[in-house]
This record gives sequence, structure tokens and C-alpha cells, in this order.
Amino acid sequence: MVRRVIDCVVHAEVASVEQLVPHMPPHWQAVVSETGFRGPYVATQPAGAPTVCAPRFARPDGVIEGSEPGHITRVLDRWSADVGILCCDYAVDGIRNPDAAAALASAVNDWVVETWLPADERFRASLVLPIAQPEAAAAEIDRLGRHPRVVQALLPVRSAAPYGDRRYLPVFAAADRAGIAVGLRFGGNPGNPPTGTGWPSYFAEEHAGMPAVFQTQLLSLIAEGVFERFAELRLALLGSGFGWLPAFVWRLDKEWRGMRREIPWVRRAPSATIADRVRIALQPIDVPATELGAVLDELPVDDLLMFCTDHPRWQFDADDDALPAAIPEPVRARIAGPVARDFYRLS
Amino acid sequence: MTVDAARDPSPAARPARPAIVDADIHNTWPEPAALDSYLPERWRRLRARLGERLHPGAQYPRLNPAAARTDAWPPDGGLPGSNLDLMRDQLLDRWSIEHGILNPLLEAGELLNLEYGAAFARAVNDWQVAEWLEPEPRLRASITVPYEDAPLAVAEIERRGGDRRFVQVLLASRTLEPLGRRRYWPMYAAAEAADLPIGIHFGGAGGFPTTAAGLPSFYFEEHAGMATVFQDQLTSLVFEGVFERFPRLRVVLIEGGFAWLLPLMWRLDRTWGMLREELPHVTRPPSDTIRERVFLTTQPIEEPPQPQLLARLLDRMDMDAHLLFATDYPHWDFDAPDRALPGVLGGARRDRLLRGNARALYRFG
Repeated sequence: MVRRVIDCVVHAEVASVEQLVPHMPPHWQAVVSETGFRGPYVATQPAGAPTVCAPRFARPDGVIEGSEPGHITRVLDRWSADVGILCCDYAVDGIRNPDAAAALASAVNDWVVETWLPADERFRASLVLPIAQPEAAAAEIDRLGRHPRVVQALLPVRSAAPYGDRRYLPVFAAADRAGIAVGLRFGGNPGNPPTGTGWPSYFAEEHAGMPAVFQTQLLSLIAEGVFERFAELRLALLGSGFGWLPAFVWRLDKEWRGMRREIPWVRRAPSATIADRVRIALQPIDVPATELGAVLDELPVDDLLMFCTDHPRWQFDADDDALPAAIPEPVRARIAGPVARDFYRLS
Repeated sequence: MTVDAARDPSPAARPARPAIVDADIHNTWPEPAALDSYLPERWRRLRARLGERLHPGAQYPRLNPAAARTDAWPPDGGLPGSNLDLMRDQLLDRWSIEHGILNPLLEAGELLNLEYGAAFARAVNDWQVAEWLEPEPRLRASITVPYEDAPLAVAEIERRGGDRRFVQVLLASRTLEPLGRRRYWPMYAAAEAADLPIGIHFGGAGGFPTTAAGLPSFYFEEHAGMATVFQDQLTSLVFEGVFERFPRLRVVLIEGGFAWLLPLMWRLDRTWGMLREELPHVTRPPSDTIRERVFLTTQPIEEPPQPQLLARLLDRMDMDAHLLFATDYPHWDFDAPDRALPGVLGGARRDRLLRGNARALYRFG
């Protein structure tokens, strides 16, 4: 493959809090050893769920796929990728103790920077943040965001308040200072229900319902004028799918025409802001093959999607489905690498 | 056409216009005290002392007083939607409405005192009979129920179910728990037994934040974002197996838009395929169930950048028999029958949307 591929989502999985202990200050090392603290409970990504690790990637030796750099190196080799952007879903946002959350986030980021980045020069890092404490999250971005191989601040899409809320401004300001993108990722454990109408019974509901949470966040960031306030803000949606986007954009543009008096700082149609400032990871392709042409046709901009494997999540069964031939050129070639290269400002 | 012609109540003078069914009209009292005469003394007293105790929900300054059309304020000083004569003028006569369905948004289901909620719902329904259904034969009504307590809601459904002027049971898009949960099932059994669809209307406050990401700051977000909650509710109904458990139950999603449904069907089918082990009670692909059992009202109409995209969407959705025209009178985002549906929705499709589908669903003869 001659294309220069960028895999914009590969997961660096924390298999155990023990991996992080060497990257913690002595106090937190002592807490882990004295209290038996095992790290956050991850309700949104149960380790055994087939969606979290595709059945074909499950390892007979019991090692968690994605927990070692070599696992991801193999993926990048398979796709002849120049760059793989590491995303870690470690659920520090679910830890209520603010100091513990901040310490864990820093430990995850140091673990990635110190043990993953040296393992493969193609790796780039996303920062895990103690987002329940926006000031601490901003401090973490200030600490590591200028590292030449850190390209993104990673926020779980579920949150205690929509990210356009003014309490999160320090986080966007810090990302702006560091010149890195902001990525919203599938999942999150803020404590409030994963729907606007209470707690669902099934994991399948949370899984199917995640795009609605991305919709909520995008709506908030647009309504609050965050894109106007930070003229360089680049927002990536990671794991959102994109089948919902055309209908969502129609609705937003219509409502903005009717209601913009309430949010006068939003000076452009939401579709224009999305076209300029938002990019979406290609997987999951939550669109049937027969509908792909119509959906691509209705997206607000051609350069919207960025190739990813989302490894080891279960997104496709055959490698040919990772970047389907049903996507016509030249859009397909742009998806493979150039869109992400521009978006993440990769040299 | 002239205003005089529109106001002339005699059928002969009306312009020849095909009749329309309006699937979402909001009637209300002229002032809250108007309900008092329908409430037992005990609750009337409590109401005067404590008012309506309910979840505060998400409160915003809105764009229009009472979220209403500026011309919908009656001359008698009451609230928009409270004056039957004005409703006849502006809606029923003006647009040749053959049947209009009243969905009073009077919050009986949100009241924290459940017994009061039940008394309140009874009062709303009695008030609807006396002040709307009796004087105006074109109107039909939804049954207001205290939906957070299924036994009380069932009692009200059973009390009204025999009166064919009540055509639907009214729930809200935001409830305490997702509507597929077991606590709500007795209502579905009662609705099915009474051959009434369940209507889920924009709004409500269950007590949790109004989105999966907390409380948004602006009414714009509340209004544009409500479709996310409709998606959550439909996901719950499908994945809890409500449609399998109640094989004749029909659900109407009111004022939530409909363009989001096609991608949601893709998403539900995909998730069901991957996680079926968790959902043995869901025996068919979600999109098959939805295409059979779910109905949606059109207002506020979807407005893609080119109207042809709307026609193409309907082709792809394959739910032409399940879309019901609605105006949302007297609210500010009223959809006029002659303007809301673009010309590309023509012929038999237009007929079905404007009248045929609702006649069949609600069993209008």
C-alpha cells in the first residue's frame, strides 16, 4: 500500500493499576499498596464485552490485547501506517477523590510517554485527564501538552456537564495554549445517568446510545460559542460513528435559524462550524454498505472522516471493511491519511 | 383567500380543501385556577398552599411568552391554547382540520406527590371532556396519566379507555427511568387492552440531568437536543423487548423530529447483532420492529439544505405509513399545512402524511 496511512485511534489499554505504580509519586504508590485500590471500575467498557475486544483479537494467553506496545505495532505494520494515535480509555473520570484522579491521570500519561512512545516512533499520544476537576485537567495539559508527540487532549464523551459549560473553559484554553486537538472518546463515568432519561437496563443500550451523547456535546460546544472563543480549536469525535450526522446537522441549522437570538455569539450556521473544525474517526461505520453513498453525500464536508482501526474494539470482521471500497476516490484516499495529517498537524 | 372566508363556520362557504388530521395540538387552561373546579377539595386546598411540586427540570428564559405564536393570545386574556373559539378560527376552520388530537402538557405525570398526580390527571381528563370534547366534535384527546406510578396510570387508562374520543395515552420524552423499564409495563398492557397507542411527547422532567452529559445552558440546546432523548427512549423500548412483550402495542413519538430515526435503526441493528447474547428477549432486528410499530409526527418538520433530500430520506426510511402531520398549535414553531411539507412530498405520500396515516392509526372512521 503506497498511501500514507494514519490510524487515528488505537487503544493503549491499562491491564492493571500495577503498570501505573512506577509512574506515581510515593504517596500514591503507598495508597495502592496499602489499600488494595485496583483503579477505576469501568462500567462503559466491560473487559469481557465483545465490543471492547473483538472476538478475533481475544488472546488465548489471557493477556489483554492492546496492553503492550507490540500489539499496536503489529496493527500499524498491517496497515502500513505512518502514525498511530494512542487513546487510553482508562476511567480516571470515575474516581471521585480529586487528588487520586489527578495522580492516576498523570501516571497514565507518564506511562504512555515513557514506555509506549519510545517503543515505536510512529506512536503519538493523547492525554488522559482528571476532567471532573477542570483546573487539574488544564494543569495536566500544561504539564505534557507541549511534548512533541502529544497531539490531543482526550475527554470521555459522557460528563457531569456538557463541555461547552463555562466550567470547562480552562481545559480548552490549555489545549489552545499547547496547540493540541481535543478528542471526545466513547464512554465515560461521571456518575450521572448515560441518558437524559435515567439509567437503562442493558449494556447494549449504552452502546447504541453513545452517538446521542456525542450529539449533546457537539450541540453544547456550538451553542456556547467555544469554537468562536478558541479560533484554533480542533475537535475530534472518536467512536461516535457518523451515520447520525446529516440529520443532526439539518436539525441544528434549522434551530439556529429560528433561535439564534438566544445565542448571538454563534455567528455561523452549525454545519459550517462542523465542516471547518470537527473531524470524525471512520470507525465505527454505523451505516449499511448500501447507504454509505447517500450518507457521504450528505456530510457537511468531504474531508470529515479519518481512518482508524479502533483496535482492539470490535468494529469490523474483515480487514477489507476497515476502509471500505464503497467509499469512492478521492475521498477514500483523503480518509486514509491526509485528513488526519492536517487535523493533527502531523509533519 | 380572505380572512372572512376562513372564519366563516358554515361548511358551504369554506374553501374546498382536503381535510387534515392534526396529530399534535396543545390545549391548556386560561389560567391555572381553571382546573380547580375539577379537583376534589383536598387537592384544591393543597394546590393553593404548595402549588405544583415537581422536578424543576431545565429552566431557561425562552424566546416567546408561553412558547406561543404571538397571534395566539386570546382576546379574553387567557393563555394561548385556552380558547376554543380562537382554536377553531386559527386552526380547525382555517386549515380544514377533520380531527385534531389534544395533547395537554399539564405535567400531571411529573408531580412528585403521586396521589396528587393521579387526582390532577383525572381532573385534566374531566376538563378535556367538559370543555373541549363535548363542545367540539372534531377534537380528540390523549389521556393524561400519572405515568411514574403504573397502577395509578392504569386506573386512569381503564377509566377513560371506553370513551372513543380518547385516542392515545400521553407520556413525556423525559421520565424517571427509560420507558422500556419494567415499572412502566402495566401501562402498556392497559393501553394494548384498550387498543390505544402510547404517545410520547417532547418534554418532561424525570429528576436527572436532561442529557447524558448533564444540564445544558440554553433553551436552544433543550429544543435542538430533545431528539437525543427520543433516541434513548426508543432504544429502551426496543432493547427491553417491550414490542415483543406487547405484540399489539403502537408507539407515537410526538414533536421529536424523525430524520434521526434512520441512522438510529442502523445503529440498533448493528448493536443488536453484536450484543444479542444480552438481549435474548429481542427476537427480531430492531428496524423491523420499528417499521411496524413506531409512528412519528412531522412537526417541527425536518429541513435539509435541499428539499429533495427529505423525499430521499423518506424513500430510504420506508415508513411512509407511519408519519403523522402535526401543527403544534399554538406554539411558536407551528407548522402550517400548506408550507411545512415541501412540494417534493407529493401525491399519495402527501395524502398519507396529512390524513390517511392518522386515520388508520387512531381508527377514525
